[in-house]
Amino acid sequence: MAMIIAVPREIRAGERRVAATPETVGQLLKLGFAVNVEAEAGLRASFDDDAYRAAGAQVISDTRALWADADIVVKVRAPEFHSALGADEATLLKKGATLISFIWPAQNAALLDLLAAGGTNVMAMDCVPRISRAQKLDALSSMANMAGYRAVIEAAQHFGRVFTGQITAAGKMPPAKVMVIGAGVAGLAAIGAARGLGAIVRAFDTRPEVEQQVESMGAEFLKLDIEEEGSGGGGYAKQMSAEFIAAEMALFAAQAKDVDIIITTALIPGKPAPKLITAAMVTEMRAGSVIVDMAAEQGGNCELTQPGEVVSVKGVSIVGYTDLPSRMATQSSQLYGTNVRHLLSDLTPQKDGVARIDMDDDVMRGATVVYEGAVSWPPPPPKQAAIAAHRPAPAKPAATPVDLDEQAAAARRSRFTSVVLLAVAALALLALGAVAPPAFVAHLTVFVLAVFVGYQVVWNVTPALHTPLMSVTNAISGIIVIGALLQLGTPNALVTVLGGIALLVATINIAGGFLVTQRMLKMFQRN
Amino acid sequence: MLNGIGNIAYLGAATLFILSLRGLSHPSTARLGNLYGVAGMLIAVVATLLIAQGAGLAVVLAAAVVGAAVGAVLARRVEMTQMPQLVAILHSFVGLAAVLIGFTNYLMPAGDLAGAERVIHLSEIYLGVFIGTITFTGSIVAFLKLQGTISGKPLVIPARHMLNLAVLLLCVAIAYRFLNATASADGITALLVMIVLAAVLGVHLVMAIGGADMPVVVSMLNSYSGWAAAATGFMLSNDLLITTGALVGSSGAILSYIMCRAMNRSFVSVILGGFGAASGTSSADVGGEVVATSVDEVCTILRDASEVIIVPGYGMAVAQAQTTISEITRKLEGLGVRVRFGIHPVAGRLPGHMNVLLAEAKVPYDIVLEMDEINEDFHTTDVVLVIGANDIVNPGALEDPGSPIAGMPVLEVWKARTVVVSKRSMATGYAGVDNPLFYKDNTRMLFGDAKGSVDALLRQLSAAA
Repeated sequence: MAMIIAVPREIRAGERRVAATPETVGQLLKLGFAVNVEAEAGLRASFDDDAYRAAGAQVISDTRALWADADIVVKVRAPEFHSALGADEATLLKKGATLISFIWPAQNAALLDLLAAGGTNVMAMDCVPRISRAQKLDALSSMANMAGYRAVIEAAQHFGRVFTGQITAAGKMPPAKVMVIGAGVAGLAAIGAARGLGAIVRAFDTRPEVEQQVESMGAEFLKLDIEEEGSGGGGYAKQMSAEFIAAEMALFAAQAKDVDIIITTALIPGKPAPKLITAAMVTEMRAGSVIVDMAAEQGGNCELTQPGEVVSVKGVSIVGYTDLPSRMATQSSQLYGTNVRHLLSDLTPQKDGVARIDMDDDVMRGATVVYEGAVSWPPPPPKQAAIAAHRPAPAKPAATPVDLDEQAAAARRSRFTSVVLLAVAALALLALGAVAPPAFVAHLTVFVLAVFVGYQVVWNVTPALHTPLMSVTNAISGIIVIGALLQLGTPNALVTVLGGIALLVATINIAGGFLVTQRMLKMFQRN
Repeated sequence: MLNGIGNIAYLGAATLFILSLRGLSHPSTARLGNLYGVAGMLIAVVATLLIAQGAGLAVVLAAAVVGAAVGAVLARRVEMTQMPQLVAILHSFVGLAAVLIGFTNYLMPAGDLAGAERVIHLSEIYLGVFIGTITFTGSIVAFLKLQGTISGKPLVIPARHMLNLAVLLLCVAIAYRFLNATASADGITALLVMIVLAAVLGVHLVMAIGGADMPVVVSMLNSYSGWAAAATGFMLSNDLLITTGALVGSSGAILSYIMCRAMNRSFVSVILGGFGAASGTSSADVGGEVVATSVDEVCTILRDASEVIIVPGYGMAVAQAQTTISEITRKLEGLGVRVRFGIHPVAGRLPGHMNVLLAEAKVPYDIVLEMDEINEDFHTTDVVLVIGANDIVNPGALEDPGSPIAGMPVLEVWKARTVVVSKRSMATGYAGVDNPLFYKDNTRMLFGDAKGSVDALLRQLSAAA
């Protein structure tokens, strides 16, 4: 029997996203599920109820019934107290049902216990392991991507100048200078958006391996003079040493005087966001500058950030919005809905509308935080490292002194062998010279010189012309035809016949070789 | 006097041949270079007719007209994708001519040579026929392999190196008999036995070499045909033959060496053959998930890109997809996308094979770049389109020291933002190595026949534009 998926309306104030769009509803139906959508669930993301109906969903106004009938509930925000119903959403789920949403289990232990008490399964979109196989489920990345874009748009909103430098009849407009701190998904998206608007972008990250990614997005990568590897597990940064942080802060202080816009995205898993932009740095910035603090929800990277608000300090706007993806509700919902749809299609490999959680699968195991009424978070560490490149290379056995001795001995032996061979060849040639007629020696001279001429000439041939080179040398080797010509003068019939055949095939070779070369070369043309 | 004029004409012909090779160093001078070659050949033939007065002119004319006609038809008819076969079969003709000329030379009265001179002359005949025969049969096998008539897989028979060596020693032993033969019939028998042995050796040598090493084999046979001509030159005391043979021989040898270096393998290991049959298994267990994509999606990312590099491989030649790819290139350029081609030195079955195919499809040569020219640019490229290539874009060659192709320079396509690989299936390439590229996060696989995929892509692009 097909399971019923319910898509409730988000109740958190200001939340505009929805966990399924008409498009993903259609795809969920193809997996064999039935889909119920709460009335007006997608309205704030510009999807009206009719669109859901057209896609094949049933629109239900009774929230309690929606939750009670559902086998699977898909949401964006973690369940919270529903004031209109006077009950917590977590208690509305029926026993054995599965909830898929953002959960943040580390911050919401009480919620986890509440969900477990209801005998449910819970899959947290924020707990999907960050391995390549699970990229299509990675809602954190898709939301971060949206947030990064939106951060630049918010900055532009509060910034009184243009991003692109221009010279006009009314004077020169300097380009905006943007510094992005943290080059994760959000940071890279911000770099791309800012570059797209024409700004000069610089970026900093504690992980040196992202330098290439930063440069590929068109930004300059800011470096410290100090060496420290900042990569932690799961593609996140780890906390750095005091010395490193001091150097980092000096860099930010210097940059703050120069740039117009700072976008910070620095997060360390399970810890408050590091304070990177101090009050003193903010006062150093030019009036009219903007700071967008994307870490506001975790306390903010800037000391003066007020989460959820925009504050102005000495003319510097500090944007602390915590709902950047929600401000892009239509696209964010589409991306999140697609991530959820991918998770559900992994859960129903048979496309029979019955989802099964496979606890032996690394990805499923990681995402499942409550399983059959028991809290299953945190999961055991994943079996494979998140980034394959970090797998240590197969250790080469270190060369022992004995090996080195043997190598040196082998090199000596091979040198000795080549010297002996050369000597033998030289002696043989000299011996030949002693007995050979002068004419032969003259021919040999010509031969050796011609070999060297060929060597010199052919090295200069461009590789693109290797095929024509081969067919032209092939045609030229048809010169053997003159050998045949020289022999045809004899009366011996057998000689004439064999010579004639030789002449024939050599001529085919010459004509074919030159003509096909000419045909090929005609095709090489410049743009 | 005629001899003197003839010899000076020979000098002119040799000079023209050198200029011809020199001209091929750049596409803009290459056609002139080819014409130099033709001129050199004409001068050589006319001069020879002057020297060898009274040669059966009727036979010469008949053979020349027929030969030229056959050659012209071959040259006109051949598909550019069949270039390797044509070159291989033409090599066999040179080999055959060398054998016949050597043989007839032995049949003709040897004059009054004696002592060392006689020994040297006979050795020259013997050597010329030996190299000619190997070139002849080897080229025929190479032709059949390239044509697909016989399998491209290396034939590995036990103790094959020993066998080759034994045949070689046997030929040397027969040479001793040949040199000491008093009666002409004895000599002919020895020569014929050697021809049979050398024929077998030529067949076996090429049979043992696998399909993807064919660029090396073809250029090696090219080299052999040159040495055969040079040996014939010694035999006939003809400096032009010696010079030209040496030019061709060294050019083929250098080409083979360049190919081997591009594969990071030693020349000896290629020539001894057997590669791919007993190669060690890769130590890296390639893991991860392959992300398949659709023509729609590829069309979109191509249109949104600003820098695209196309990397063709043998699969493009097999599918005859070059014309469509050229069309796609023009479409994308019309949309303001910068498109370039990256060519690996051993892509295809003949050195420079891809360049010829792209030139045939009217892709301008200045956007077709060599590996060394383009490898630096991949990290600033938006999309790389890999069409029918596998081993030449395998990151394992650089990252995995246990890989059989470790150390081979490859096109570093994975540094681009997105890599689209058009491929029939997940099968391994010639080297039998799994390709970690397919499992990279930024790789998208477009499954299907290369021709079908690019045709669909072109339709999409045209519809969208």
